[in-house]
Amino acid sequence: MDGIVTRETLVKWAPLLVLLVLILFFAVMEPRFISVRNMARIAIASAPALMVAVGVTFIIIMGSIDLSMEGTVSVSAVVFAFAFLAMGGTVLSWAWLALPLALIVGAVIGLINGLVHVRLRIPSFMASLAMGFVGTGFALLLTGGDRIRIEDEVFRGLLTERWFGFPVMCYVALLFLFIAWFIQSRTTLGRNFYAVGGGEELAHASGLNVDRVRVMGFMLAGVFYAVGALLAVGRIGIAETATGNNFMFISITSVVVGGTALWGGIGGVWNTLIGVLIVNVIGNGMVVIGLPGYVQDGVLGLLVITAVVLSTDRKSVSFVK
Amino acid sequence: MYQLNKVDKKFPGVHALKAVDFTIGRGEIVGLVGENGAGKSTLMKVIYGAYQADGGTVTIDGTTVRFQSPRQAMEHGIGMVFQEQSLITNLTVMENIFLGFESQFVKFGIIDWKAMAAAARHQLSKVKLDIDPAMTTANLSFAQRQLVELAKVLTLEERVDGDLVILLDEPTSVLAREEVELLFKLVRELRTRASFIFVSHRMDEVLELSDRIYVMKDGEVVDVVDHDEADIDTIQHKMVGRDIDKEYYREQKQGPYDTNNVLVSFDKVSLAGRYSDISFDLHAGEVLCLVGTEGSGREPILRTIFGLETPTSGTVSLKGQQIRSFNAQTGVSMGVGYIPRERKVEGIVGGMNVYENMTLSQMQNYASGGVLNISRERELARQWIDRLSIKTPSVFKDCGGLSGGNQQKVVLAKWRSAGSDIILLDHPTRGLDIGAKEDVYDMVREMCDDGAGIILVADTLEEAIGLSHTILVLKDGEAQQVFHGQPGDKPSLYDLVHHMT
Repeated sequence: MDGIVTRETLVKWAPLLVLLVLILFFAVMEPRFISVRNMARIAIASAPALMVAVGVTFIIIMGSIDLSMEGTVSVSAVVFAFAFLAMGGTVLSWAWLALPLALIVGAVIGLINGLVHVRLRIPSFMASLAMGFVGTGFALLLTGGDRIRIEDEVFRGLLTERWFGFPVMCYVALLFLFIAWFIQSRTTLGRNFYAVGGGEELAHASGLNVDRVRVMGFMLAGVFYAVGALLAVGRIGIAETATGNNFMFISITSVVVGGTALWGGIGGVWNTLIGVLIVNVIGNGMVVIGLPGYVQDGVLGLLVITAVVLSTDRKSVSFVK
Repeated sequence: MYQLNKVDKKFPGVHALKAVDFTIGRGEIVGLVGENGAGKSTLMKVIYGAYQADGGTVTIDGTTVRFQSPRQAMEHGIGMVFQEQSLITNLTVMENIFLGFESQFVKFGIIDWKAMAAAARHQLSKVKLDIDPAMTTANLSFAQRQLVELAKVLTLEERVDGDLVILLDEPTSVLAREEVELLFKLVRELRTRASFIFVSHRMDEVLELSDRIYVMKDGEVVDVVDHDEADIDTIQHKMVGRDIDKEYYREQKQGPYDTNNVLVSFDKVSLAGRYSDISFDLHAGEVLCLVGTEGSGREPILRTIFGLETPTSGTVSLKGQQIRSFNAQTGVSMGVGYIPRERKVEGIVGGMNVYENMTLSQMQNYASGGVLNISRERELARQWIDRLSIKTPSVFKDCGGLSGGNQQKVVLAKWRSAGSDIILLDHPTRGLDIGAKEDVYDMVREMCDDGAGIILVADTLEEAIGLSHTILVLKDGEAQQVFHGQPGDKPSLYDLVHHMT
């Protein structure tokens, strides 16, 4: 019995342990790694990815999967940029309305995603993948392949304004992380995500409207993708079709590496935070100690496999007992 | 002659087989009975090679053997006909029969289908089944599939020297009475080819077919009875190890129900393909048991009451109010609590803790504007932990880590604390040990005393008889007979079985 508990605890804390070991490793290899400057660099790279990963965390807790993030991020970013420029081009004018508009666009795409999945009874994996392509295509249609520059000083302040060495966007991400944590642990919606992921039939037999929970989940995820899109635009000052690139791999990898189980019911947004940091620490650390980029991808791939093996074992442990 | 000597098998925390001796001679039919958890399935798994014994020896005609896999057991002539049909339904009959043994028909890497069909026809003739071996298995009836399984096992005859031992695990559970007769006739004829181990919950069938009956309890063989001396009562007493007395089902606590207070009313309700023309009333304080074989319509009726199925005709009323839109939300708001059989563990969401599971069906009462009031949830959980004496270290304990009986209590607390007074119980004691079962029976009585009505699909007929005021016997979706049982004046097993099959 004791052995199992130890193992469970180990698996639970393994992601954090991995993160600390990685930081230690890179710090020993290259002391500049733990400078505030470099930490800020990691935080900046992590912030948009964290938002997208938090969004998909909810979906994965439900036992579904959402692969539409790249399309959703692109569309939200592009719509935001057009609206922002059209309404004055600075946050101090009516253009600030473009910010909530972007979130609404994210929610609407999530809504469509959820409805297609639930009403047409298409596996979430397929429905969201298809919606992602539609989104990317739509973003390209809107921009015609152009890049849209956002040069508003105030909006770019997300990156340029720094408090304690870290840009504002990191604090924004942190704020939304807390909102996500609140939703996860303190609201009926959050509880419902776990119930659906932990036992869908049972949730249904407890009178939960599982379909509604699903749709709400996809909407919520869409909102977080849009937040990610805004931070991504704030980071480079450009909105384009390619804004969404790479978010699928990064976010799913982060969620899994963080220890949220792909079959649902286990994990949460803190796991995702750790996961995102692990992925970005590896990315940054490899550059800092001078290893080529392709080694990174290999390491990340291995990490995903290790994480899944670890958490799968945990599942069978809880059944054997 | 197949023999087990002092076979032992242990799992973490469970001593599943304790020095079991078991013998089966050539052409013998041996019955194996015992309650759930008595060790029947473990014994069978040891026999057909899925488990390896920890102690003791297995001998065939005096030679000690040790099987590492079912495949090795097959090579020694031991075959298994599974309870859950193990045929792959999208393959043809002949592909199923020779699954894994196709190589005999392969020439230059190509399967000679004609040869396989001929061989399959030969096998099917052994079980007197006249069907086209190229048929897709999905198109066969359950009875036919059962025979195909048997035919599949009988292919061992050609492959193996020596005698066959065939295990039949609950072969009759999906069969109609006539089909059972046919199967038994066939098994008796096949004795010239093989000996059989027959495992079934249906005691009368075991008595009818077996030459000898092994009675198991708590991992031990408590008795071996010859066919001529066998008698249902004696065997049942040995299985349970004590009298199945009135006390066990808390009959002394069975009070009268309130005939004026109708909670659920079915008036000529039908659900196409599931059940037809069902009428009954459930009163406050009443336990109504739906009895029937698998597929007789018990579960769809429960699902209809809860709102998961919309009937095709007839009227369903809950507490005098006719239900027009059938969905689970309506069911819950009308006070229906459903404890389904398909449960991950015992009706709880594993990974969620005690209070999270308890408020799952009533979260809106513990939240304002979608934000949960967790301290009130915890308080509720503490109350019910006391009231039902649920054994858990704290309200934060993951319910997946509780024992089956305690999980069942959490589920009951979930519905009762939400004020549900129409409780639908589907196999509430399945997989529980005796003590936990008795707790469930106590709870059933308490709920009745509190004025709740219970519709029960019992795990065993004895349980149905012991617990219920009213028994509705179903067969193929139609009501057959209604029994009313007062303590001391209950219908007998035979009464029920007579109408069930």
